[in-house]
Amino acid sequence: MSQTEQAPALAEGVDTPTPPGRTSSLLARSLRLWRTRIGLLFVLILVVIAIIGPWIAPHGASEFVATPFSKPGQNGAGILGSDYIGQDVYSRFLYGGSSILLSATISTAIGMVLGIAIGLVAAYARNALDEVLMRAMDVIMAFPQILLALVAVSLIGAGWGIIIAAIALTTAPRVARVTRGAALPVVERDFVAATESMGLSRPRILTGELFPSILGPIMVEATLRLTYSIGVIAALAFLGLAPDPNGANWGSMIQQNQLALATQPWGALAPILAIALLTMGTGLIGDGIARTAAGIDRERGDE
Amino acid sequence: MSVQQQPTPAPAQPSVSVQDLQICTNSGVPVVTEVSFEISPGEVLGLVGESGSGKTTVGLSLLGHARRGLRIADGEISLDGENILDLGDEDLRRLRGSRASYVPQDPASSLNPALRISLQLREVLAAHGWGSRKERDARIAEMMREVALPDDPEFLRRYPHQLSGGQQQRIGLAMAFANRPRLIVLDEPTTGLDVTTQATVLTTVRELAALHGVAALYVSHDLAVVAALARRVAVMYAGRIVELGPAEDLFESAAHPYTRRLVGAIPRLTGGRSLVGIPGHAPSPGRRPPGCAFAPRCTLHIPQCDENVPALDTVRSGHRARCIRAQDVLRQARAKVGDPLDLIPADADSAALTLENVVAHYGPIEVLHSINLTLERHECLAIVGESGSGKTTTARSIAGLHRDWTGSIRLGDKELEASARARSTESRRQIQYIFQNPYGSLNPRKTIRETVGQPLSVFDIAKSRKADEMVQEMLEQVSLSASYANRYPDQLSGGERQRVAIARALISSPSILICDEVTSALDVSVQAAIVELLGQLQRELGLSMVFVTHNLPLVRSIAQNVAVLSDGDIVEYGATADVLADPQQPYTRELITNTPSLETATSEAMAKEA
Repeated sequence: MSQTEQAPALAEGVDTPTPPGRTSSLLARSLRLWRTRIGLLFVLILVVIAIIGPWIAPHGASEFVATPFSKPGQNGAGILGSDYIGQDVYSRFLYGGSSILLSATISTAIGMVLGIAIGLVAAYARNALDEVLMRAMDVIMAFPQILLALVAVSLIGAGWGIIIAAIALTTAPRVARVTRGAALPVVERDFVAATESMGLSRPRILTGELFPSILGPIMVEATLRLTYSIGVIAALAFLGLAPDPNGANWGSMIQQNQLALATQPWGALAPILAIALLTMGTGLIGDGIARTAAGIDRERGDE
Repeated sequence: MSVQQQPTPAPAQPSVSVQDLQICTNSGVPVVTEVSFEISPGEVLGLVGESGSGKTTVGLSLLGHARRGLRIADGEISLDGENILDLGDEDLRRLRGSRASYVPQDPASSLNPALRISLQLREVLAAHGWGSRKERDARIAEMMREVALPDDPEFLRRYPHQLSGGQQQRIGLAMAFANRPRLIVLDEPTTGLDVTTQATVLTTVRELAALHGVAALYVSHDLAVVAALARRVAVMYAGRIVELGPAEDLFESAAHPYTRRLVGAIPRLTGGRSLVGIPGHAPSPGRRPPGCAFAPRCTLHIPQCDENVPALDTVRSGHRARCIRAQDVLRQARAKVGDPLDLIPADADSAALTLENVVAHYGPIEVLHSINLTLERHECLAIVGESGSGKTTTARSIAGLHRDWTGSIRLGDKELEASARARSTESRRQIQYIFQNPYGSLNPRKTIRETVGQPLSVFDIAKSRKADEMVQEMLEQVSLSASYANRYPDQLSGGERQRVAIARALISSPSILICDEVTSALDVSVQAAIVELLGQLQRELGLSMVFVTHNLPLVRSIAQNVAVLSDGDIVEYGATADVLADPQQPYTRELITNTPSLETATSEAMAKEA
């Protein structure tokens, strides 16, 4: 019963250690790493393109400007040429980011909130409820994310609502697993027992005591989930399951223009590069946060 | 490496000699400075210090090892005349585990849980090329007998988790002694063990070292343990040895003020004395003053103390101290201990808390069988016992943190529900709990103000400005300045954290305080200060207190009554003085005999001399 957990007495003495600038949060500290900065740069560039793109586009998203698959500059086509029915690739590229980014962000956010709530409740329950919740999550996780999304969309029809719902619901179990795993050791710590002995309500223990202690892994998971959501939404569009199959959308564009990959590659290549950079960016940020969190834990030693 | 097997008859030549050892961080900040000592074959040298003093760093350096971030900058460590700091990596690897070996603090984590102990013992011998397989097995059987463990194959086939803590540590000893080392470094090997187990492990260490002529360095924060084991003791403070001499001299008439204060902070079994902590804290590396590092906390401080670091001078034969006023210190008759304690009398016939026939379960296992206790108002009741005795379960049941119990716990004359959540807000406020480990009981993400102020909002006592004022007052009451309010727990030392935990418990003006092993994670001088504070607050605020501990001498300094728990039963229950002076039960008697204490150690040593 007597655990002897001593203070880390490495190069530090018993003198009160005063780490510099406690205000610098995990996110701010992770920005000291190049990988995080590069990731953030990628993401920022693409977010800016997605937001201001429609305003700076030289043509409308479905305006015919040249003969199909014209090379850049050829037949009066724009700097990225024209696509399979003669629309301007550059303009469609500028229009095509916002729907993917927005739907990926919303679905990931909903999935995160659901997953965190389920994970925290399961970790704190320490009884049959934990089992029931986690086995239910396992059932959902048994199917690949894209497969469930495909089934939902082909049964009900492609619409932003159903796509977001499908991705949020398939994101939640993965987040719940990570949340529960991170929260389990925290639940056992005495500061939680201290609030229990005061009679603090369960929701307040979950949000006020447990949640702040697992922010690190949660942030890493959020970037990872966002990466996957972007991928799945783009993949659905590629398979023709976007709400508007003919609309300007990076995923649809790849599918529409893949035929001419050899002769007029820009129609497919521009959206491919955009999605690649975006997912690399979110991935790098997540990696940077994870490394920073691990580094902080090493420094502290006891937490 | 297996050639020098038989111990040479002890020559006057020391087998280990450390000269001017200096260990720095990689950025050059000295952590350990000017450390010199010698150990003769068969001798156990005690190395005592509080956390951060550098004692473990010195212990590891004897194996040529420096922890990450540190390097051995200067000095000489010679083992049988050979300077091990000149050895290359390959030679060092061969040295470790054969000629010099190490017993770590936590046996449970130093043994590989996936391998049978026979395999792990064989590995130690095989790694250093000890004989044939048959000879190795013979050696293992011999070692098992020496550490008083069964040597039958059945036992050797066990995995570490199938052994008790004491058995695991004896396997650790067997591994360390397996290759017949010349030097063995023991780093607090008994810290996690119960007193009874600790006593047998200590005896084993002493006998083995003497029998095989091994030089042993015993690193510990526990002076009582060291007193029981070592003839000579070195005391470290802020990276330097401040005093080195025979154990009796150090404990009876130390020449350094720090040693005296440290001895004064140790609770005694005989005679209830108030404990006196040492105000302030040790300076961390890089912030050590140019003069004597203890000067800022020293009552004998004079201006000359701040000029130069005092040399380690001989004060009498075989006894050296690093203090320019050593002679003045020696003139003070005895190591100063606290005044005899007068605990305030408890109000009889007005029970604050009553436990009747409490039976508690952990899953299907009954861990408490019919506990009956009464806590009078203003009383401090100690619950003592070894690990697994049920003392913490008792405390947690009272607080409603352990829910699986039956029977009756009454607060005043009000019956309490099993779980804290089911109880009324008022009874939750009345009973407050302080946890064992201050490193786990404070939320690392909350400032001290938020932590201490939390009960005010939960119990709806005060809000915003008023609450902030109350937090500040409370912090001052536990001797922390109000400036601590904005700090986070990781900016505080262990003792400071425990003060914060006390502040959180007392801010809602409870009537009953439950202290669960509140000092077991702390250094002795900090422990003394915390116990001093708890006693003072109990008197001032008229609290009733349940003080759970495994430390018998400590009970003397705080509690009027004591209940001794063993395997979920109260085996003895009565006034502290009576129980400790004249125990009626064999279990209590054994517990007291096995508790290392300065008095028994020094009187034993004197008896040996005579």
